[in-house]
Amino acid sequence: MKKIEAIIREEKLDAVRRALETSGYFGMTVSEVSGHGRQGGLTLQWRVGEYKVDLLPKLKVELVVLDEDVPRILNAITGAARTGEMGDGKIFVLPVDDAVRVRTGEEGENAI
Amino acid sequence: MPVNSADTAWLLISSALVMLMTPGVALFYGGMVRRKNILSTIMMSFAIMALVGLLWVLYGYSLSFAPDKGGLIGGLDFIFLHGVGQEPSPVYATTVPHLAYMIFQAMFAIIAVVLITGAVVERMKFSALLVFSVLWFSLVYCPVAHWVWGSGGWLARLSVLDFAGGTVVHINAGISALALAWVLGPRKGFLEKQPMEPSNIPMVALGAGLLWFGWFGFNAGSALTSGGLASSAFVATNTSAAAAAFTWMALNWFYRRPTVLGIATGAVAGLAAITPAAGFVLPLVGIPIGIVAAVVCYYCMLLRTRRGIDESLDVWAVHGMGGTWGVLATGIFASLVVNSAGADGLLLGNAMQVLKQLAGITAVWVFAFAATWLLGKLVDVTIGLRVTTVEETVGLDISQHGERAYGGMLR
Repeated sequence: MKKIEAIIREEKLDAVRRALETSGYFGMTVSEVSGHGRQGGLTLQWRVGEYKVDLLPKLKVELVVLDEDVPRILNAITGAARTGEMGDGKIFVLPVDDAVRVRTGEEGENAI
Repeated sequence: MPVNSADTAWLLISSALVMLMTPGVALFYGGMVRRKNILSTIMMSFAIMALVGLLWVLYGYSLSFAPDKGGLIGGLDFIFLHGVGQEPSPVYATTVPHLAYMIFQAMFAIIAVVLITGAVVERMKFSALLVFSVLWFSLVYCPVAHWVWGSGGWLARLSVLDFAGGTVVHINAGISALALAWVLGPRKGFLEKQPMEPSNIPMVALGAGLLWFGWFGFNAGSALTSGGLASSAFVATNTSAAAAAFTWMALNWFYRRPTVLGIATGAVAGLAAITPAAGFVLPLVGIPIGIVAAVVCYYCMLLRTRRGIDESLDVWAVHGMGGTWGVLATGIFASLVVNSAGADGLLLGNAMQVLKQLAGITAVWVFAFAATWLLGKLVDVTIGLRVTTVEETVGLDISQHGERAYGGMLR
């Protein structure tokens, strides 16, 4: 089992969700995060003049997938979230020791 | 003179309208600070509303409006509202109960002190603010109100025209804000250009809306009667607010994008500028007054920012400079056709009125700046003006009031 953590553009959430559902994964956790990579800041206006916010709003999508599905899921997310501009985000893949479905107590791959 | 019910009804309603401006300022300012300081900013307005509401009936009305002492201040004849009752005053607003005039004036005193808080948000100690407010109210507001509006006040005798408080409220508070910000020093991170993002712009818009609404009481109420003059002042007020709001939006747009923060600020600048003029100029004069107010205040705000002065919410740029332009504009555009108790201005051949207005502006600028600087220093060396660095970092909501604006992060 691997955990996928994808940092994506806010406006790409629907596309990413559709791509994951098409790949057979319906469960995920989404949170609002802020940060930045190589992309510059966001310019906002005060009453006069402007200021820069260097932490940009992004969404983090987290889900756990079977080892053999990892390449397929990475392709699905990348394809759905890419614009080709700076700030498209990043995807991290982490090992997962175990998983438990709280309702039934099922463990391991059966739980995801 | 007997009490006129229509005038009394209008003045009491106007008093209530002006009262609502103070919570308006609370929201207007509260939305512009960072989220850790929203409540402390709102609290400043509410506490002063309570504090000055008491001081005014105890001695403030007397110092401002009781029979004159040398043109500089009222005496103690009206202390604890002695002799201020249901009969009209023989001098002020002679068609309404003296009590109605007194409470109308109370709301002006409150909002003048409240406006200054915009300069000191996010770093001034709450206890110091209360002490400063008592001193400033007693030693700056009451004398200046007497000079301009008190019977026998020296600026009144000089026939400086100020319909609803361009000098008394807006210049006075705006210049004092600059002086107090100077004594207090900038917020931590301000000089390093750390972004300080407004926490709630919808709240700013709501506050500006309440200000615009309440300002009809401020300006049209200052006619002190409910007839034609009140109507004329009402229309001039709305026209100037509209012209200034639109102009500020256009300036924003010219440089980048039209913003909510900008249009709300523009409206307030136009309202501040029309205040001294509202009942002395033709209603459509609100258009040039509003347009120029927005341009003047916009560039003053830019100048203030570039000079690295942390007069945080621009009380000086908006109220001080908007008020200054308005008092000057009164001398330019005033007409006896609008108000026979006023004067003709420059455009009607009376250049003297501009000089009189300039005298009024200078007197209040100099006095407000010097007196506020001294009072600020006095509070600083006795109890200290600022919170500690740690308290400032944590935010004043928690460090000064033990509350936070948005609780319930979990559940």
